[in-house]
Amino acid sequence: MLANAIIQIGLFLLLVTAISVPLGHYMARVFAGEKTFLDPLLKPVERLIYRLGGVHPENEQTWVEYAVSMLLFSAAGMLLLYGLERLQGWLPLNPQALGAVAPDLAFNTAASFTTNTNWQAYGGETTMSYLTQMAGLAFHNFVSAAAGIAIAIAVVRGFIRRNSKTIGNFWFDLTRATLWVLLPICVVMALALVWQGVPDNFAPYVRAKTVAGAVQTIAEGPVASQEIIKELGTNGGGFFNANSAHPYENPTPLSNLIEMLAIFAIGASLTHTFGKMVGDSRQGWVLYGVMAILFLTGVAVCTWSEQRGNPMLARAGVNEIASASQSGGNMEGKEVRFGIVDSALFATVTTDTSCGAVNSMHDSYTPLGGFIPLLNMQIGEIIFGGVGSGLYGMLVMAVLAVFIAGLMVGRTPEYLGKKIEGREMKLAMLFILIFPLVILIPAGLAVVLPAGLAGISNPGPHGFSQILYAYTEASANNGSAFAGLNANTGFYNVTLALVMLCGRFLMKVPVLALAGSLAAKRSVPESAGTFPTNGATFVILLIGVILIVAALTFFPADALGPIVEQLAMRHSHLY
Amino acid sequence: MAERKATPLWEGKIVRAAALDSLRKFDPRIQAKNPVMFVVEVTAFAVTLIILRDLAAGAHRQLGFELQIALWLWFTVGFANFAEAMAEGRGKAQADNLRKTRTETMAKRIGNGGAIAMVAATQLRKGDVVMVEAGDVIPGDGEVIEGVAAVNEAAITGESAPVIRESGGDRSAVTGGTTVISDWIKVRITANPGETFLDRMISLVEGAQRQKTPNEIALSILLAGLTIIFMMVCVSLYPFALYGGTILTLPVLVALLVCLIPTTIGGLLSAIGIAGMDRLVQHNVLAMSGRAVEAAGDVDTLLLDKTGTITLGNRMAEEFLPVAGVLPQELAEAAQLASLADETPEGRSIVVLAKRAYGLRGRELGGDGAEFIPFSAQTRMSGVDLHGHRIRKGATDAVIKFVEEHGGHAPADLNAMVEKIARSGGTPLVVADNARMLGVIHLKDVVKEGIRERFERLRAMGLRTVMITGDNPLTAAAIAKESGVDDFLAEATPETKLRLIREEQAQGKLVAMIGDGTNDAPALAQADVGIAMNAGTQAAREAGNMVDLDSNPTKVMEVVEIGKQLLITRGALTTFSIANDVAKYFAIIPAMFVIGYPDLQALNIMHLATPESAILSAVIFNALIIIALIPLALRGVAYRPLGAAAILTRNLLIYGLGGVIVPFIGIKAIDLIVSALHLA
Repeated sequence: MLANAIIQIGLFLLLVTAISVPLGHYMARVFAGEKTFLDPLLKPVERLIYRLGGVHPENEQTWVEYAVSMLLFSAAGMLLLYGLERLQGWLPLNPQALGAVAPDLAFNTAASFTTNTNWQAYGGETTMSYLTQMAGLAFHNFVSAAAGIAIAIAVVRGFIRRNSKTIGNFWFDLTRATLWVLLPICVVMALALVWQGVPDNFAPYVRAKTVAGAVQTIAEGPVASQEIIKELGTNGGGFFNANSAHPYENPTPLSNLIEMLAIFAIGASLTHTFGKMVGDSRQGWVLYGVMAILFLTGVAVCTWSEQRGNPMLARAGVNEIASASQSGGNMEGKEVRFGIVDSALFATVTTDTSCGAVNSMHDSYTPLGGFIPLLNMQIGEIIFGGVGSGLYGMLVMAVLAVFIAGLMVGRTPEYLGKKIEGREMKLAMLFILIFPLVILIPAGLAVVLPAGLAGISNPGPHGFSQILYAYTEASANNGSAFAGLNANTGFYNVTLALVMLCGRFLMKVPVLALAGSLAAKRSVPESAGTFPTNGATFVILLIGVILIVAALTFFPADALGPIVEQLAMRHSHLY
Repeated sequence: MAERKATPLWEGKIVRAAALDSLRKFDPRIQAKNPVMFVVEVTAFAVTLIILRDLAAGAHRQLGFELQIALWLWFTVGFANFAEAMAEGRGKAQADNLRKTRTETMAKRIGNGGAIAMVAATQLRKGDVVMVEAGDVIPGDGEVIEGVAAVNEAAITGESAPVIRESGGDRSAVTGGTTVISDWIKVRITANPGETFLDRMISLVEGAQRQKTPNEIALSILLAGLTIIFMMVCVSLYPFALYGGTILTLPVLVALLVCLIPTTIGGLLSAIGIAGMDRLVQHNVLAMSGRAVEAAGDVDTLLLDKTGTITLGNRMAEEFLPVAGVLPQELAEAAQLASLADETPEGRSIVVLAKRAYGLRGRELGGDGAEFIPFSAQTRMSGVDLHGHRIRKGATDAVIKFVEEHGGHAPADLNAMVEKIARSGGTPLVVADNARMLGVIHLKDVVKEGIRERFERLRAMGLRTVMITGDNPLTAAAIAKESGVDDFLAEATPETKLRLIREEQAQGKLVAMIGDGTNDAPALAQADVGIAMNAGTQAAREAGNMVDLDSNPTKVMEVVEIGKQLLITRGALTTFSIANDVAKYFAIIPAMFVIGYPDLQALNIMHLATPESAILSAVIFNALIIIALIPLALRGVAYRPLGAAAILTRNLLIYGLGGVIVPFIGIKAIDLIVSALHLA
């Protein structure tokens, strides 16, 4: 079992590393506007988009203009999606004749896809028409991811520019991220998924007779094309309710590997884009190292806990030992074709990033195994992270780490040559503050209000875990469901939608302001007295700061949920 | 250099005054300046109110426990107040010494007609001119406009040897409160009463005018942010607990909050800043603002005057090297004549060498039409005009230009001689008589012992040193090589100095320099850390943002180290404070919920006796650690001149890892005492 885990996880990380370096360097060229091999194909399209949109990409924007563009674009996209959902009954590409989506659910879903959360309070195949899925949901899967990448690039520009008022052009970054990064990868990888058996058609659902003689409706549709952007853009909104556990979304272990690689690909690559752009690839590797260590720790604990299974079942005489005929361990809520390691790995990968696709039900994990996804999100989705948001979230943590410990070398703190002063600290703290605010306060309300308590499927600490998980994934823009919680109610639809919007935009604006503030600064040259941020010491420091900040913020809440569950399980008590 | 003696840390008088002062600081208007401690005070007040309310209602079950919590919360505020009061008290003790010198003095003000009127020093205004004679106390800060006098400045420097103050030149500034011990001077007053140097000094060391420095402001924002996060944690914990059937009481929630918010650094932050200023004063340096001390830690480039810093102050004449066709004696005589009025040590050493080597007696030249030409930074020559001889000695190019202007030319062998001297690190001083070049005087420079090691230390700290010298490039290069300085600026003029500073700053570097003369003023003003020597001119003192009372040019290195030490202390205590929280969680969280969820007892890894004792011990530790760290805050973290990477690793281990471990031990120990005394 151990060998199995080490081989699979090791191979996976190796592949991620191998992909991330060239892709990262490629992205650095794309956003610097340098030549790439796709130019002949994409340049005309880019020019057409700019002409249609009346965009002048050479006009650089200040951080305020950049933020306003981003907010306006998101608001317009959200309205469009809301309209599509409400009107889908009258629109084409609706072979199942699905009716209008309820207002609160439509609002929740619009917020969810605009914010790259892709929390789904609905079942896709029973709620959304093909048009809504493709023109509404898949559209947002692309542009919300592209917007995240754009902001990350803008933040990196903040570090490399000197005495500059501007941080780039949002429309240029958005267009380039979509055309040069997301689309080409999606085209290639969607075909790979089709090869593995994922359908991609406009056919109505199939009615089939099962072996037992019953009639079953088998849903299908344009799945593969949606599936790949769901992972690549760390969106996570499944075409089907069962998400990547569904055999049409994720039929084989190979498709599973492709999907996991897609989830990490851009987040991991952006660290190298960053290293390339700041002119010191070691700076990129440091962030990559921090992310990789946190990822490995999480996946090791999760896999170990799931492989060990439930001691109460073992005591009751159930055979949980892995053998040729069974995976062993805690297989509740997991697919047999993936087994423990691929499920635990997927769960870690999807919550390290803000993806939220699932190939197993996190609610059914052992308390410790389910705690890892929760903790990954509480850390702030910066372990490779959401596309773009992972990098800028990690950069804010780096700024914080430099500020706390940087003084200890006897200079006022600086990161990448930029002095971290009052204004930067204010913006970084604002970014860090929003996150617990939109998790802890609404969760506090939900656990005492009848409307909140009504959604819980298990009483006791596990019910608490369900609510905590829901608000954590919403503010982290993850969208993975702990399941168990019945969240398609007015209360949860509205509060979760608001939390998602806050978790996305209230954090993006300060981070753009930070970029603007940094860009305007002069740069301090490096010397032997400079706080070194490109070595092993900084890796350890950054990990320490990330864990301490997350632990200090969420330890009390976690103690009352997964931690007490885990401890109770040892005493044969399950919640 | 007279080092001002450091006051012992726990001096009875200061401790008593500080204890009293810390009571005054409970005033919420004062606390409001420090968000972290303000939260502690407000919550302590709330807990006290709740206890009183419950007492009045007669419905109290945990009176003893809650009273102790309230008490320790008030102690937490009190201890932080005490730390600040201690730092201020130590400053005040220094200020009181200074104040003693500011006794009422009478001044001899010179009226418009030249009449002298006796007025109180407090009535003097900027622009007034006063006469100060031997035995008089100088009534205010000013500039000597006439005369020369020996002045005892022990009142401000602690140095009892008198110094010379004279009009013109670079030693014209005088300070109020110092005493003229010989001769007389006329002084133009440059500061109104209450704004004098001494007044500023007193208010600075007392911390009365203290404004938060930029880094302190940024740090306060971090601490305030963390405080808000922990408030959200504690507020949301109430409903979370309620869901599990536990009703948390206000004192328990407040105990958790106060343990989590960064009270350690919050309570010590201002003490660290005041103590940093205080350490500078102990080195006889006055910073005009805390901002300057912080900037000192960030300095990238140090501009050091060669003379007095890198080499021993005085260059000595070593030998006379005549050009072909000139007798050594002839050269020696001309050199001696040109140096007779030159009171600099170099000048005197030429006279002495001429006497020793050729038996030439220095003649008294006065009434026979001799006119002395003093050295100036523009001509870079000095000399004498005597009976139609215009004898000059000075920098090579300047003297060659002089000879050529008079129709002469430099002989072929001159350059070789000059170069030979320069290469050896000596200073060539060329001597000419009208159009006739006579030869070269070899002035020898002696590099200070141990300076090479010092530069190596500075290099390890990431500082670049630049030697500033009026010497020619060859000489400068030789001395630079011998002393190990990183770079040099030869043939420096005020303009090139200023340009060098600007160039460094354009690359984003921070520059520190030390200077004295009026022509240093622009560079001092331009430098990020400009240290003016107290013996310098008033213009220089106004331009710099620090004043070195000892007028010791090597002081700039100590100033940088003090700046770094201040920042390291701040960072170390911040890291320590935040790392402490881990242990406090392990004490308080299981204690809070062990009734509702007995399984959480497993988190009580310190095996604290009872839930009450666990919470109380954490609160007590949190309060006592402030007291325990006062010495560190006041003295500063020991500073070693190492590279940043080495310092970081070392301090992370001590204050980061130590900060995680220490409270586990401390809380356990307090718990043992608390339960042994049956306090909870």
